[in-house]
Amino acid sequence: MSSASAGIGWLAVPLAILAGAFRGGTPFLFVSLGECLTEKSGKINLGLEGVLLFGAMSGYAISYKTGSPWLGVLAAACGGACLGVVHAWLTQKPKVNDIAVGIAMIIFGSGIAFFLGKPFIQPLAPQLPTIKIGLGDRLPSLDICPLFFVGVALAFALHWFFGATRWGMFVRAVGDKAEAARALGISVWRVRTASIVTGSALAGIGGAYLSLFYPGSWNERVSSGQGMIAVALVIFARWNPVHCLWASLLFGGAQALGPALQSVGVTSYYYLFNASPFILTLAVMILTCSNKRSLSGTPGGLIDRT
Amino acid sequence: MVDNAQLKKAGSLLEPLSSSSFSGKRSGFQWRSRMESIVIPTGAILVSLAAFGAFCALAGADPFSVYASIYKAAFGSWYSFQNTLVRSAPLMLCALATAIPFHLGLVMIGNEGALVIGGLCATVVGLQLPTASPLTAQIVMAVVGMIAGGLWLTISGALKQYRGVNETISSLMMNYIAIAILNQAINTWIRDPSSLNKPSSYPIPDEQMLQPIGDTTIHWGLVFGLIACLLAWVLLSQTTLGFQIRTIGGNVRAAQIAGIPVGRITLITCFLAGAFPGLAGMVEVAAIHGRANESLNAWYGYSGILVAFLARQSPLGCILISILLGGLLASGGILQRDHHLPDAAIMVFQGLVFLVILYSESLYGKWKVFQERDA
Repeated sequence: MSSASAGIGWLAVPLAILAGAFRGGTPFLFVSLGECLTEKSGKINLGLEGVLLFGAMSGYAISYKTGSPWLGVLAAACGGACLGVVHAWLTQKPKVNDIAVGIAMIIFGSGIAFFLGKPFIQPLAPQLPTIKIGLGDRLPSLDICPLFFVGVALAFALHWFFGATRWGMFVRAVGDKAEAARALGISVWRVRTASIVTGSALAGIGGAYLSLFYPGSWNERVSSGQGMIAVALVIFARWNPVHCLWASLLFGGAQALGPALQSVGVTSYYYLFNASPFILTLAVMILTCSNKRSLSGTPGGLIDRT
Repeated sequence: MVDNAQLKKAGSLLEPLSSSSFSGKRSGFQWRSRMESIVIPTGAILVSLAAFGAFCALAGADPFSVYASIYKAAFGSWYSFQNTLVRSAPLMLCALATAIPFHLGLVMIGNEGALVIGGLCATVVGLQLPTASPLTAQIVMAVVGMIAGGLWLTISGALKQYRGVNETISSLMMNYIAIAILNQAINTWIRDPSSLNKPSSYPIPDEQMLQPIGDTTIHWGLVFGLIACLLAWVLLSQTTLGFQIRTIGGNVRAAQIAGIPVGRITLITCFLAGAFPGLAGMVEVAAIHGRANESLNAWYGYSGILVAFLARQSPLGCILISILLGGLLASGGILQRDHHLPDAAIMVFQGLVFLVILYSESLYGKWKVFQERDA
């Protein structure tokens, strides 16, 4: 893209942002949908950064071993789900603080990923296919991973799930008022476990995207904090899966803005710019919270922590 | 004035607090509950040792010799113990940034950000004092680091107090904002052009660095860490301010009715809590790296959060846990050299220990043997 963009001057910046929104936004999308589902059930998972790394490693390793990147994606989802089981089991024990478990899971998940992934740093694994979308003769085409479309479909599906299905209502009920849900005969433990495990599986797929599409290799720095940013992103999106989609695109685009500006010679606040997702989320929280009420849309079970 | 959420949270915090070392003990020697608080952590450590041993065996290493190496690298000789202590110093200081506000009922995880900002501000000020005497420069740097870290954490405390913004999430965001400010500073504003591969600030003059104590390799950070933990313990358990902090943590409404200025005490507590990681950042710069760069962001802050939780938020417990964890961190390289296990093995070990100990929290009060009999 860089060679082509030389001829189109300033137009390269919005194009790079658009491309970056799709390319960099996809991992945000998967992790944030996972975190959204988890938080809707009234639990918080700060450990998705570890899940993301574990997913990236297992996806890459399986893709290399079997030659099929799609099997890699499946393995990443399973790997994420395994870590999710640990998180779900631990955080539902009495007196266990889920913030502390989340941080321990980051250390454990990334430790396991680096340990098992060491032999896979060198070899090249088959990558996920690319869908090219042409923008006319003079402009470079957009390269989009099929997983992006899966993620978009998932965002709308999850929105429908929460709003229109029986099980979605169970999740919301458990997240808003666990006691009431229990009185209705819903098993709080089962609903939360299912939500946390599924959420971690989604985060694992986000990891597979990192190692199998963009940046498209496995090493210890493959994630640049996407798992942590996703926690912020879900709050930014007010726990709405479709808003998670827009927020992911926005954050992905914001990530691309710095390098894009750098390529046309604007470099002054490049590093500070990397904090923009956090500053944006903090600003949203400051503007919409007050001592009287918490953020609208907050699952009831999370109110005292959001 | 008081929001419901805050009250609910304070209520839910009563439970862990009542089991901490600050609760009023009933008279008599409560040997059963004392046994419980020895047996459960010991059991948890044994279980995690067994689990990691199995992990090593699966990876093709002899678990017993792995543990022997870890012990040797962490505590086996005076030299290695010094290394352990050097690593435990920032952990102690960082742990306090979670442990102190916890007694207010706040779960703060902004340790990393406070450390980074403290280190960065201390460096910036240190660079302005090339001609000052070493002691003056060091004191100024330490004070600036503490103020910077303190203010950084106070932002989250104030947002909680006056806007109802969740302090856990906001302090997490502040960590990343702090790291971005550090990166911006060392890449542009205070960048030493000679640091090519690893962007860094200009170096602090050698004579103004914190010197090791005597003929050891231990620097003053350890002394600061020990004093800080002792001070925090005195503050929380022996002073009026500490009593007010614990009252707010127990029941905000009761504290307000009793006339305790909740807002002011929240801000003061957050400032004190943030000052410690800020000091840790200054020590990291002034005793080890000599300049501000991305080495400041070495996860001491996040590990500090775990130290605080494992020590059950007791400042004195933080000393012990920090030394144990410092030993683990110091033995990182040995598994690679002696057993051909990847470096990350020590991370797996750390994660396992943390998870098992966190799980063991749920076991308190579960076994009848450890319940005191009412006479």
